[in-house]
Amino acid sequence: MTPVHGASPYLALWGLIATLAMTSILEASRGLGLSRLSLPFLIGTFFTSRRRWAIILGFVLYTIGGWIFAFTYFVLFASVGVYTWWFGALAGLVHGFILLTCALPLLPFVHPRMASEYHSASAIRQLEPPGFLALNYGYHTPLSTLIALIVYGAALGGFEQVERAAGL
Amino acid sequence: MSHRNHHQRPGIKDYAIIGDCRTAALISREGSIDWLCLPDFSSSSVFARLLDPRGGHFSIAPSAEFATRRRYLSRSAVLETVFETETGRARLIDLCPIVDGVGSLEPMREILRIIEGIEGYVDLEIEFTPRPDYGHAKPELRRVTDDVWRCGWNELLLLNSRLRLAECGASLRGAVRLTAGMREHVSLAYVDRDIGTIAPLGTEADARCERTLAWWRDWSRACRYDGPERDIVLRSAITLKLLTFCLSGAVVAAPTTSIPEAIGGSRNWDYRYCWLRDAGLTMSAFLGLGFHQEASMYLGWLLHATRLGRPKLSILYDVYGRTNLRERKLDWFAGHCNSSPVRIGNDAVGQFQLDVYGQVIAAAQSYAASGHELEPAEARMLAGFGKVVCARWREPDNGIWEIPGRRRPYTFSKVMCWVALDKLLWLHEKGIVRLGSNEKRFRRTCEDIAECIESQGFDADLESYTGTLGAKNVDAASLLMPFFGYREYSDPRAVSTYNRVQAELGSHELLYRYAPGYDGLPGKQGAFGMCSFFAVGHLAMRGLVGEAQCLFEHLCSFGSDLGLFAEEIEPESARALGNYPQAFTHAGLIYSALSIQRARAGGGR
Repeated sequence: MTPVHGASPYLALWGLIATLAMTSILEASRGLGLSRLSLPFLIGTFFTSRRRWAIILGFVLYTIGGWIFAFTYFVLFASVGVYTWWFGALAGLVHGFILLTCALPLLPFVHPRMASEYHSASAIRQLEPPGFLALNYGYHTPLSTLIALIVYGAALGGFEQVERAAGL
Repeated sequence: MSHRNHHQRPGIKDYAIIGDCRTAALISREGSIDWLCLPDFSSSSVFARLLDPRGGHFSIAPSAEFATRRRYLSRSAVLETVFETETGRARLIDLCPIVDGVGSLEPMREILRIIEGIEGYVDLEIEFTPRPDYGHAKPELRRVTDDVWRCGWNELLLLNSRLRLAECGASLRGAVRLTAGMREHVSLAYVDRDIGTIAPLGTEADARCERTLAWWRDWSRACRYDGPERDIVLRSAITLKLLTFCLSGAVVAAPTTSIPEAIGGSRNWDYRYCWLRDAGLTMSAFLGLGFHQEASMYLGWLLHATRLGRPKLSILYDVYGRTNLRERKLDWFAGHCNSSPVRIGNDAVGQFQLDVYGQVIAAAQSYAASGHELEPAEARMLAGFGKVVCARWREPDNGIWEIPGRRRPYTFSKVMCWVALDKLLWLHEKGIVRLGSNEKRFRRTCEDIAECIESQGFDADLESYTGTLGAKNVDAASLLMPFFGYREYSDPRAVSTYNRVQAELGSHELLYRYAPGYDGLPGKQGAFGMCSFFAVGHLAMRGLVGEAQCLFEHLCSFGSDLGLFAEEIEPESARALGNYPQAFTHAGLIYSALSIQRARAGGGR
């Protein structure tokens, strides 16, 4: 399957499955006490300071975002003509590193409710900055984040292998 | 006014604290920054002469014999030290600027020192001796411009001053004759993993000082305590704020490590972390003084930073809620007044303390009772803590004082389990926490705990609640029972316990936590500041306002000239012991003053 050949009719479904798998791993790592990182919560608090609504809104936006982002992966796979789980996993790994080293450290400077190391003393309740590799949210945070994104990429990269095996 | 003595290291009370709610520096009466960790409270030190003469320092002081007078500028954490020599007077202003670094190019952290001639002339010496990473790193000092020096290791310090400094080994030294009206600035900026910012001097530095003063004065205006003790109460509030980590809302126990509980002793612990046992009292101090935003931030930290182990609670966390805090000894440091070892990290993190559940729930209950809302997720967390209490309350633990070794059935731990469930039931009745089918279980367990405390934790012969169930020892923590609502202050058992605790643990109208030697650790310890202040609250709430006030004034006399308190006090010498300044003691001071205020207003019983 390439853009030339047309997209699989199940592409959207797999994007959703991969997103939910990634979200489940991230949330499970919170539940197991490995990390306090909640990407849906961070996204939700862009729009509201009410925790409950931030979680709900963030989860919806995060799922939609992860789903849309899956198409970027598909474009990547198509551009090199490789549709395998391991290539998807590799892309997920790179994605995870970018998230940990660039996106999350940048967040305090764009997030309206997050403190950064350059914030002064304030009496306003703010979100803690993630710090280097998001280590402020727990020492296992980089690991759980990378695993979640590897699974996300592997699910996206391997979907055609599964489709082929299933004869779809 | 004190005089310089070259042969004696400063005592603990000779230090003042400045800070920016992210880190703090301790400055001696002689104008030397002898303790500073960067970038945060629990990061490694850059200056640690407090713990070892080779630990690094940054001093500005007259070269001739001098006397000093110091104070905080009104309602602020900006320190003024006035040096007086035979030839004149000069003043040194020390502060950590509180300015926005996100919307500007202010440094990540900065210490600003302003020196000004007042009268005649004063010859000052400046010595900048950074020893990063607890004295282990070898910093490279290099001149960047005529005014700017850089000190680099894995991190970077930028020293900016128009004073002429010269390299002298691994230090920078300089001298200046300061005449009346002269004003010079020294800025020390820090950056980690980023491009450094050189903080400007002159009028811009003065503006940073003014903004910082304005910030603190604006903040202080929220303090609604208006009794005659307002000055010392506000100083305690400012100290508590200085120990708040503004990036997460945590409150560290103290900014120092290993200040000994007895000079020459080995009870030297790292207090640059956050203890949940402080939660109830700290929350009460914030709410009682009207600092509701701080209370909100603190509760946010209590309930969300502790998430990693939920619903089980650790007894201490770092400012970001991490518990990887195992102890290490810094063998190369001699320790404060040769009190070794110097420890970083704290092995108490591995202990089990039942009282922390009650502390966190009591803090949340106080917060809710003040009219604030709890989020549904927060309410669920609290209910989860209640389940842990139900499952584990019968277990022995290490108690509120973290006594190492064999776990014991501490009476106060059981009381705090009762408090946890009692407060949860209150929250349930108010519709804030939904306990559902757990309500009956919580209520039954609460009754079981009370029955256990009354039958095994009160000794009729002693007429006192005991330190451990079925034992004959007493514990000053028993004084906290009425504060948490377990007993009325005027309840006969509470009064007789107060009397017994005073009789057995009192010395010079101060209180030890427990009988000396009870913990089995080598060496002595001092009287515990927080417990002593709790005795004041006890008297006040029983309506004995005059006695409470006298005791309050007596206890305040043990503080430093700046109104700062360490963890402990040596009764005989009035010497401060333990880490300094100590949040718990200052929270105790605030509680006792609030109790007196309430009693004066007719709230005492």
